[in-house]
Amino acid sequence: MSEHIHTPQCQQILGSLSEYIDGELQAELCAEIEAHLKDCNNCRIVVNTLRKTVELYEQTQPQPELPEGVRESLFLKLDLDDFLQKNNKSSEI
Amino acid sequence: MNEIEIEMSVEALKSGDREAFARLVDETSGHVHRVAFQILGNEQDAEDVLQDTYIKALRALPDFEGRSSLRTWLYRIAVNEALMLVRKRKPQAVSVDETTPFDAEAESEGMEIVDFCCLPEGELLSSESRIFIDRAIQNLPSNLKVVFIMRDLEGLSIQETAEALNLSENNVKTRLLRARLRLRQELSVYFGGKIQEEFRR
Repeated sequence: MSEHIHTPQCQQILGSLSEYIDGELQAELCAEIEAHLKDCNNCRIVVNTLRKTVELYEQTQPQPELPEGVRESLFLKLDLDDFLQKNNKSSEI
Repeated sequence: MNEIEIEMSVEALKSGDREAFARLVDETSGHVHRVAFQILGNEQDAEDVLQDTYIKALRALPDFEGRSSLRTWLYRIAVNEALMLVRKRKPQAVSVDETTPFDAEAESEGMEIVDFCCLPEGELLSSESRIFIDRAIQNLPSNLKVVFIMRDLEGLSIQETAEALNLSENNVKTRLLRARLRLRQELSVYFGGKIQEEFRR
């Protein structure tokens, strides 16, 4: 199930893969990578699983919400308790 | 904080407007807490960092020069506070300033090639998998973890991540790639085991 990537060409594209999956790579380099991916099954798997890894982290990310009671302690600590009752959040977050 | 515009009057905040500060806290504290929790992996420490971040921010606001955005500035304070705590807990674990160029040969050594994308969503996102996914990020060295958190979890751009962490953009790119490759490797080994289990059945 496990194989190593060893060809110099595979190693050459490895350094650009992050920018490649983010769509931030220059067109010329993108084309080079895509040409390589057509012929290299291992690199195709690396690219797909790299992209999937980032996606899984995005999907499993908890909501940016404070656990119960934490907002109260924070406001008290900051001497902002007179604003505790108020919903200070803007409606669209 | 990527999806929200913090439309605060910086001048009000700088002049000590408490209501504006309360609003800033409510708009941003969920993100600050999440970042602290992800760096430290512990709720009590995350709460301490949350409080210290806003205490520091309150003191430093009059000197805020607006060279970076308010959210990047807050992230920077939070990350520094969290890393300070990591250093206290495990002094050997932090080497944030270290810069080693990307070594493709070393990085590709022992690379696991398992196409785990074929697994069903239910398996990829099962509660057991989620625990593993969380643990893998906790096992990253701090210098890689903070970059991954800022860029991939908080959604900052490369430039904003560089500003928040006081690193060069190239350094951010290298660390991001390393972090992603390490996590990919961990998940490949883990899900590779799951695929083999399926085969045996």
